[in-house]
Amino acid sequence: MTAILTTPDTDFDTPFTLGGREFRSRLMVGTGKYRDNATMATAIEASGAEIVTVAVRRVDLDRRKEESILHHLPTERYFLLANTAGCYTADEAVRYARLAREAGFNEFVKLEVIGDRETLLPDTEGLLQAARTLVKEGFTVLAYSNDDLITALRLEEAGCAAVMPLASPIGSGLGLLNPYGIRTIKRRLTVPVVVDAGVGTASDACVTMEQGVDGILMNTALAEAEHPVAMAHAMRLAVAAGRAAYLAGRMPRREIAVPSSPTRGMLG
Amino acid sequence: MTDMEIVINGEPRRVAEPSTLLDLLETLGLDPRTVVVELNREIVRRPRLGETRLATGDAVELVHFVGGG
Repeated sequence: MTAILTTPDTDFDTPFTLGGREFRSRLMVGTGKYRDNATMATAIEASGAEIVTVAVRRVDLDRRKEESILHHLPTERYFLLANTAGCYTADEAVRYARLAREAGFNEFVKLEVIGDRETLLPDTEGLLQAARTLVKEGFTVLAYSNDDLITALRLEEAGCAAVMPLASPIGSGLGLLNPYGIRTIKRRLTVPVVVDAGVGTASDACVTMEQGVDGILMNTALAEAEHPVAMAHAMRLAVAAGRAAYLAGRMPRREIAVPSSPTRGMLG
Repeated sequence: MTDMEIVINGEPRRVAEPSTLLDLLETLGLDPRTVVVELNREIVRRPRLGETRLATGDAVELVHFVGGG
């Protein structure tokens, strides 16, 4: 299995820099919803991801002997990115971010301020407010955002180190719903654009990377796959393929056929 | 030795008086290196856990990293 997990040729690629740090993998993964920690650890390894997200929650005082997730995520190998998932106001998100930083790993935060329980779509106003506060406090803010250019521009102006527009709602697996929106955001922003949420399978990841974005973050697509480790492998290849295809520059789309074989030299 | 009521992670609990935050973690069997402590909405850094005394009615939050996306 390991033989086919070789890193694809990235000679054509530039390093992926996020918040002043360099990474090799453009695939970032979450750690939620796996059936067990061993599957999670193996899947993350198969994905080739270096940046791994975690959430901040209360310690369960009745089950405190439970193995910590950090036990499976050696910090010399993975860069832990704390999120503010589940926060519905700017104040709440700032509070979670501060707690996460206090854990002592880094000053990065994946900022989520959710505006609606059904769609889990971001609350733009709360997001901008929290982003400004956290940037002022020295955080490296990666902001989970909708696919709206203006929101993305405001987040960049607020000092976010990256903007993370969604492909489709969190956990939906609907794939990239607005390629135009994502391309526009990528074209107009200077900071990295990492698509976060909504990717369901390898083709979604590939098409997303073909839009020219800097990376993808996913969780449910791996955790809820029938075989998370195999899907992680597929995603690794898909992200690399999509990136390589973007750099290669695709042929133009045409409404008519153009023969691939010579039209001359046909039998008379 | 008497005890007092405080709120830990939203639940009322009785702890010995006097107690520091470090004593509390020890009582709960928690390693101070793996949790972040908030006392009445203010983060208490690890070096200060042993010198921070608890008082009746204090609200303590003990958090850590869990799986998430």
